[in-house]
Amino acid sequence: MTAVFGIFLLTLLVITAVAIVRTRNLFVATMLMGIASLLIAANFFVLDAADVALTEAAVGAGISTVLFLSALALTSDEEKAGSSRRILSFLVVAAAALVVIYATFDKPKFGDPEAPVQAHVAPWYIEKTPEFIDIPNIVTAVLGSYRAYDTLGEVFVVFTAGIGVMFLLSYRRAGHTPTSRAPDPGLRHHLIPRVLGRFLIPFILLFGLYVQFHGEYGPGGGFQAGAIIAAAVILYALLEGEERALQVLSRRVLMGLVAGGAILYSAVGFAGLLLGGNFLDYSVLASDPVKGQQYGIILIEAGVGMTVTGVLLSIFHAFAAREQ
Amino acid sequence: MEFLGLYHYWVFAVLLMIGFYAVVAKLNLIKKLIGLSLFQAAVFLLYITMGKVDGGTAPIFQTASQTNVFSNPLPQVLILTAIVVGISTLALGLGIVVRIKEEYDTIEEHEIQEIDRR
Repeated sequence: MTAVFGIFLLTLLVITAVAIVRTRNLFVATMLMGIASLLIAANFFVLDAADVALTEAAVGAGISTVLFLSALALTSDEEKAGSSRRILSFLVVAAAALVVIYATFDKPKFGDPEAPVQAHVAPWYIEKTPEFIDIPNIVTAVLGSYRAYDTLGEVFVVFTAGIGVMFLLSYRRAGHTPTSRAPDPGLRHHLIPRVLGRFLIPFILLFGLYVQFHGEYGPGGGFQAGAIIAAAVILYALLEGEERALQVLSRRVLMGLVAGGAILYSAVGFAGLLLGGNFLDYSVLASDPVKGQQYGIILIEAGVGMTVTGVLLSIFHAFAAREQ
Repeated sequence: MEFLGLYHYWVFAVLLMIGFYAVVAKLNLIKKLIGLSLFQAAVFLLYITMGKVDGGTAPIFQTASQTNVFSNPLPQVLILTAIVVGISTLALGLGIVVRIKEEYDTIEEHEIQEIDRR
């Protein structure tokens, strides 16, 4: 039954993707991308990836739609007719599709427990997590401890991308004086979004904090929580105007979050070094190695959450503040 | 259901190619980025599909259930971080598109190349 549901979702996904590429209206394409993200998230859930589903739903259906819309507001939402070398592109794509589909026939069957990907380290992670880290969520254990180097790298990629967007969009042309704008009223005059938003935002924030601090026990962690909290603040900015949102979390605070999270993560790594362990080895953080691992994971998840919230909100404000 | 054993991989291939087509054939830069996002989503789907184990559950220990069959946590970790990195790099791409629009007053590839040739 679950398999049938998965196949249904995947078929809908392909139809949505075709519609996205075919439509000339970029606003429609963006909305359809939100639907596609939600379908992918549901599909991840069917495939037992609860953490990934949560991330995809918060990021794909929430934040990325807002980013596309702010970019469309600064460019144009109508794609001009005509495409380049349509027949040649189609032939190249068709040839590549044949190669990829041919390759799938060598793949192990769906859900095969004997597949090569299920060998190697994954069983070790599942077997040893209760002994070494003793938290229920194996995904958090792998993310925060076993593969903490990877995660540190990803946090710095997010950090760098955020800095890059701010550099790109804070540039002012020479001789171009910014005109003073009337404060953006947001959707303040629309009763229904305003009442609903006011009602929902505290609960979204609360859920974000729950996801942050409950990540060791259930699906969740810093990446998801960062996206959810950023989504709540972005909703506030859309309803009340960007200036009001900046009064709540000013640019200075956001920069502090962006840098502070990355610094906190690295500091936990160096704390391990100073206490006589390896870089990002949390066992030495407490007298009991298992407790040390848990403290380390809580701290680095906090760092991840801070950086992700800060970067996503800074990116949103960079787009929103840009004049057309 | 035997013939459906590879269905997920076929969807991956089709989705990958739809994204690829948008990247190579479309001239609008935002449409290209949308195509890139679809391409990326297809790769995410491939990883998560490979980690699925028949009869498994999400890799979270629960006191109530005694089953010890879990889907593979490793691809999930890789994709979880990749999604957030993906949105950051997408934002960077959109930032570049906005700057291109300001300098060239268009986001259509052939018009930009024409202006460059002048």
